[in-house]
Amino acid sequence: MKKHSVFLLSVMAFGYAFLYLPIVMLIVYSFNDSRISSVWNGFSLRWYEALFNSEQIIDAGLLSLRIAAISATLATIFGTLAGLALTHMGSFRGRLLFTGLIAAPLVMPEVITGLSLLLVFVSSEQLIGWPENRGTVTIIIAHITFSMAFVAVVVQSRLSSMDKSLEEAAMDLGGRPFRVAYDITLPLIAPAMLSGWLLAFTLSIDDLVIASFVSGPGSSTLPMVVYSKVRLGVTPDINALATIIICVVGLGVVVAGVIMRRQEKLRLSEARMSG
Amino acid sequence: MSSKLKSKPEFADRTWRYFVISVPYVWLLVFFFIPFLFVFKISFSDPIIAQPPFTPLFDWSKDSFDVFLGTLDNYRFLTEDNLYWLSYLKSARVAAISTLLCLLLGYPMAYGIARAESTIRNLLLLLVILPFWTSFLLRVYAWMGMLSTHGVINNVLMWIGLIDQPLKLLYTDFAVYMGIVYTYLPFMILPLYANLERLDLSLHEAAADLGARPFQVFRDVTIPMSLPGIIAGCLLVFIPALGEYVIPALLGGVDSLMIGRTLYNEFFLNRDWPLASAVATVLLFILVIPMMIFQKYQVTTSDGPE
Repeated sequence: MKKHSVFLLSVMAFGYAFLYLPIVMLIVYSFNDSRISSVWNGFSLRWYEALFNSEQIIDAGLLSLRIAAISATLATIFGTLAGLALTHMGSFRGRLLFTGLIAAPLVMPEVITGLSLLLVFVSSEQLIGWPENRGTVTIIIAHITFSMAFVAVVVQSRLSSMDKSLEEAAMDLGGRPFRVAYDITLPLIAPAMLSGWLLAFTLSIDDLVIASFVSGPGSSTLPMVVYSKVRLGVTPDINALATIIICVVGLGVVVAGVIMRRQEKLRLSEARMSG
Repeated sequence: MSSKLKSKPEFADRTWRYFVISVPYVWLLVFFFIPFLFVFKISFSDPIIAQPPFTPLFDWSKDSFDVFLGTLDNYRFLTEDNLYWLSYLKSARVAAISTLLCLLLGYPMAYGIARAESTIRNLLLLLVILPFWTSFLLRVYAWMGMLSTHGVINNVLMWIGLIDQPLKLLYTDFAVYMGIVYTYLPFMILPLYANLERLDLSLHEAAADLGARPFQVFRDVTIPMSLPGIIAGCLLVFIPALGEYVIPALLGGVDSLMIGRTLYNEFFLNRDWPLASAVATVLLFILVIPMMIFQKYQVTTSDGPE
């Protein structure tokens, strides 16, 4: 095949510069001593200090982590069941509506999801007295609802692309569906469930709009605090927060990449040994 | 095996099947589907100063017909006040232009990644996905620093002498386009890449052997074959962008009222919940058709080659 065209290479260079320049600038200015972020005043860690001294941000960060861990775990369970229902259960009544309910949250504008959930919470409080207060619990319910659809899509694509012969063999040998799902299917889709969990965790910790609708007084998540600070302009301690998040995510991705590559090598060498 | 013994595991199998289907189904019905019925119902009620600020869902004191119907005032108000029409139109225009920009940038990138050496392909793909794993809000915020009066873009333009006065970039429609293209670009590239990577290259070679020029091959073979990826990517950008709140609120001007922002303001600032519900209902009706197309492509791509 012929070499890549100059056009293609320059568009890609532009595209990657476009994706990374704002992030790099954010990191650079987080070390700037000046309050006005556009003027470089020398290296400083004062914004990191300000960040770690801000009780409001630390509290909101811990709340967000807690909500994300709980909602991602439940969303992974529900989303995996939904993926199984779509690939392993054949046809059932209401399947079309079900596939619609899985696809819709992927694109539904957040303002609509947030508003509709809030109206349900408020109405059900009026009718049956639950939930008494909006806050952590209602945010967790909202996050499970939209992120389980993402998990379902990830798990479903793994389920529909994988080799069914092991499951069929187990069934032929008299394995009951639950045992087969637990002993055969679950280990095979575990990597997809892990990426689903990470996706759900990220979506939850990142959500501003839906949480703003369904939260109550006293439960401000990290994005809500960040938003209230940045809506009036650039604030340097948020640059520091962004830098920390970017470093954690980058480190996580590198570690995951190294582990995956090592496992790949292990598998290859095992295959060579046995073959 | 006697039938008596067999009936017990069959019951367990049915229970397992029932469990797998009904748990996610019931959850989505209760917390995703039924909420829309509430939005629909409340869009017909009157705003009142109370907690919650709308007339009760079912007012049994009225005669039987009015109990369920309520008022059409909110929808009448939507058609009378220009603000709402302009918001819907503006959102549609901004979302359409941003989707087009995403496609123009994302298609060559997805094509380049799909044709890259297999050793660096995964790295290139990872670099597209990586920003998505960092915070959406902070990526929008990063553009506030890029576009401000003394921000990076103005400084560079002044430094190379293209302008002597800083341009007003932040709080404009231009900033909204940048924000949407920046945050939604991965959603365009990923389905396009998934599609382009699977394309059968022998068709390209055949077209080239028959004397087609590279551009003709691209226009007549590559684009039609990647149409499912193009449609999926465009809908994945267009639909959420239409209801986007954060980007116009942080980067757009005071006058850049997209419908997501109008709804948010109606709800949080004016506390007119029934009117916000009416705005949401109309938006949902506008989105039903694009969403159904999206679901169709979602199903066809996820079923894949069996």
